[in-house]
Amino acid sequence: MDLSAINPALLLASLMVAATPILLAAIGELVTEKSGVLNLGVEGMMITGAICGFAATIETGSPAIGFVAAAVGGALLSLLFAFLTQFALANQVASGLALTLFGLGLSSLLGQDYVGLKPPSTPQLDIPILSDLPVLGQILFRHDMMVYFALALVAAVWAALKFTRVGLILRAVGESHDAAHALGYKVVRIRVLAIMFGGACAGLGGAYISLIRVPQWTEGMTAGAGWIALALVVFASWKPWRVLLGAYLFGGVTVLQLNLQAAGLAIPVEYLSMSPYLITILVLVIMSSDRSKAPASLGRIFHASQ
Amino acid sequence: MKRRQIMTGAATALALVLSGGAWAESHSDKTKVGFVYVGPVGDGGWTYEHNQGRLAVEKEFGDAVETVFVENVPEGADAERVMTQMALEGADLIFTTSFGYMDPTINVAKKFPKVKFEHATGYKTAPNVSTYSARFYEGRAVQGTIAGHMTESNVVGYIGSFPIPEVIRGINAAYIHAKKVNPDVTFKIVWAYTWFDPAKEADAAKVLIEQGADVILQHTDSTAPLAAAAAAGNVIGFGQASDMAEFADGPRVSSIIDNWAPYYIQRTKAVIDGTWESAMTWDGIGPGMVGIGEITDKVPAEVKAEALALKDSIASGDYHPFTGPLKKQDGSDWLAEGETADDGTLAGMNFYVEGIEGDIPQ
Amino acid sequence: MLMLEKRPQPSRAFAYLTPLLAVLATMIAGGLMFAALGKDPIEAIRTIFWDPLFGEFSFYYRPQLLVKGAPLVLIAIGLSLGFKAGIWNIGAEGQYIVGAICGAGTGLAFYPMESWIIFPLMILAGAIGGMLWAMIPAILKVKFGTNEILVSLMLVYVAEQLLASMSLGLLKNPEGFGFPGSRNLQQYASAHNADIIEGSGMHWGVAFAFIAVIFAYILLNRHMLGYAIRLTGEAPRAARFAGINPARLILFCLGASGALAGLAGLFEVSGPAGQISIDFNTGYGFTAIIVAFLGRLHPVGILLAGLLMALTYIGGEIAQGSLGLPGAAIQMFQGMLLFFLLAVDVLTNYRLRFSQKGAA
Repeated sequence: MDLSAINPALLLASLMVAATPILLAAIGELVTEKSGVLNLGVEGMMITGAICGFAATIETGSPAIGFVAAAVGGALLSLLFAFLTQFALANQVASGLALTLFGLGLSSLLGQDYVGLKPPSTPQLDIPILSDLPVLGQILFRHDMMVYFALALVAAVWAALKFTRVGLILRAVGESHDAAHALGYKVVRIRVLAIMFGGACAGLGGAYISLIRVPQWTEGMTAGAGWIALALVVFASWKPWRVLLGAYLFGGVTVLQLNLQAAGLAIPVEYLSMSPYLITILVLVIMSSDRSKAPASLGRIFHASQ
Repeated sequence: MKRRQIMTGAATALALVLSGGAWAESHSDKTKVGFVYVGPVGDGGWTYEHNQGRLAVEKEFGDAVETVFVENVPEGADAERVMTQMALEGADLIFTTSFGYMDPTINVAKKFPKVKFEHATGYKTAPNVSTYSARFYEGRAVQGTIAGHMTESNVVGYIGSFPIPEVIRGINAAYIHAKKVNPDVTFKIVWAYTWFDPAKEADAAKVLIEQGADVILQHTDSTAPLAAAAAAGNVIGFGQASDMAEFADGPRVSSIIDNWAPYYIQRTKAVIDGTWESAMTWDGIGPGMVGIGEITDKVPAEVKAEALALKDSIASGDYHPFTGPLKKQDGSDWLAEGETADDGTLAGMNFYVEGIEGDIPQ
Repeated sequence: MLMLEKRPQPSRAFAYLTPLLAVLATMIAGGLMFAALGKDPIEAIRTIFWDPLFGEFSFYYRPQLLVKGAPLVLIAIGLSLGFKAGIWNIGAEGQYIVGAICGAGTGLAFYPMESWIIFPLMILAGAIGGMLWAMIPAILKVKFGTNEILVSLMLVYVAEQLLASMSLGLLKNPEGFGFPGSRNLQQYASAHNADIIEGSGMHWGVAFAFIAVIFAYILLNRHMLGYAIRLTGEAPRAARFAGINPARLILFCLGASGALAGLAGLFEVSGPAGQISIDFNTGYGFTAIIVAFLGRLHPVGILLAGLLMALTYIGGEIAQGSLGLPGAAIQMFQGMLLFFLLAVDVLTNYRLRFSQKGAA
């Protein structure tokens, strides 16, 4: 065993990249859930974003346009869910799962002609002085733009929920749609927008996998990342900064276990592979003294006549 | 459909089952060839290459042959149903392209003695069931030779899927030949414990590179490790399953290609001609089931020549990649000087050769 | 403008009519998609819905509906109990895996002894295995207030790693030439979950699924516990005042759904699947969540929903094989069917009205 082979700076840098897709998807889902809507279709929206982003990048040659297309694709797909749950008042759990099924099928149909292609690479940030800083530069200042975008998004969502009127309304709708409705807020409209925001973020997360992390299009390539993102929102007790913590924790343990394997640590591989999931549970148990609850109206159907 | 017909159908079924007789199947003049796939045809790897083989069959025989396929078929009861369905609808030959289809294939073959079955990578045969597999380890030997020459850090990273004989064979073959040309070489092995998760493969490659590997070998099918190698700079890798030529101007210096087309065409022809017989085929570079993708100019000419010479001697049968003297990891003797490994040992290989560090997960 | 108005009473007529409407709408939308892919839409629809039931080879497919539907129904029945009480077990897939491992492990421990007692013991082991796996989120929730959604989902991934490790290690077939996967239980008479009537598809798992439906129906409609479950789901505070112990209810609901998922795993591994292998699980635990809601959490509804899902799987495979439809199109078609089934349900509880002013 040679633990000295593990470079902590590189480890931190790669966990930031590993965590970005689930971070993006989870922060979007957090906003959706804050509005009182449980959308279990994250995996379907991610994979749809992955192919939309990939196809747009191949066609235009620009990863930036690709990411925009991914966000649009994810948001459009989420509109289906919004229609079902907000207008047809369908059950949210089942609608979300159906959306995943639909999204997986849709993405593979769309992606038929894009197998085996290589997208243009997304440039990495290169700030003259900061990027050359010895350890810190490597950890913090040599990533692609999306890593920073995801961080900024977490901060923005946190600030918006805490300080702005929009955030207040969103939380009000999520806590009690009847009270919010009585106060004159357009519950359905706000929820549809929140669902679309969630879809767009999930799409970005998917495109991060197909454009930067892998980068390639293969069917089913998100391989369950959407489920992890859903779990993270619960893990975070619906708090933006804890989504960040959760994503980095999960990404960190994933990267660390591979590092330990490569370094030849004498722990059976199957237990190392289980570790990200087990540690997430463990941390949640330790933190469970914090009794923050889900938005009170989460998953409940709203109709103005009630 | 009228009620009586339904009843007749049920009665026929019962009669067939009770009599234990063979099931009837519909027939047409065309030879019908079925393919059962474990993944989607768009996976860019294992299933993609089998589907290329199917397309080659269509191209070769044109109107004389009709092919059908079902993708994403889970192993177990679902596979059995899909095979039965193909046989009922008149398939003459069915390729089942995943190890986990082994027992279902045997079960269905019993019910349809006239239909021929071809099961990939398994070990059970029957009068109407053949098995076929590729000696990918021959390609690994060529890769190992290039890797041993090319590494400057003397650390080669290897990404495995699951610790099964197929993967272990590949690691051993690559290691033996890397060691032969570079006695200082060491292998770092990471098990991804998944067949398919491109993001995890990318992580694994990145980890290996961070821990000093400058050559990445992979036994997983996505291009994620190559992309990680490209991002890291001075690292090379190899295409796996398909050529992955899109990375040829970057880290990809060669590749192992699964080429099922010649075999599929040959077996289909045998069915058409009525000469099909049950067989266990394990082909390598020689018959073209394993292809070596073009070696790029990144590899110095003399190394390239050496790799190609090795490839040719394997193809002609002059050289076996597992030739003694070889010891097992624990230091016990395996093959004496000049002795070559028998197929039985290779097929079920569950040990590392001497010099590889770490344990095989059990 | 079109508006929804709540009906005073759910409409009985629409409760029966809406599923038909949904299927019809799916046929139209799906038909359009198939046409866009260049296939004959009518033939495609007929292949998916008609051929498995009444086509030339329906004698084979009809029993297969039971084989494919049984695990879905068995798991969904268990899940519906918890869902009704607001307890979210979404990790049935993991409980299914662990049930299969425990059950198969028990059977293989006796190999090659033949005895009638082995199979009942396996059933017991499968149920207990699934139940214990579900008890982890249950106990964590009761003791620490940990969210069961997260814990049960994470344990699915842990169970998958356990499955891989078992297939490669402890349960590996000693006569399998080093290949992964256990012995095939179909070839071990005492442990084989064979068809009760050969060729009927009626294996013990199907029988248990039917029994589970009946039990759940009685439990929910005729039993105090069923009342407690419903009350907790509809009015948690009232339930507490009524003296219902939430901790006991959590343990019961998660335990029962885990046990049923474990049973489904055991019956699958000892029957249709035959062996423990790395890819033994195929998503029944997740699909069952859809089945539970599609069946409106009602035992009989779940039975019908499970059979419908099974039909689309089997019909979809036939359409792939005989018409060359891509698997992805089938997946989308299933998604559409679910969408429509969920969407039209609104007509049961609401009626459409045209209103003068544009409020909503």
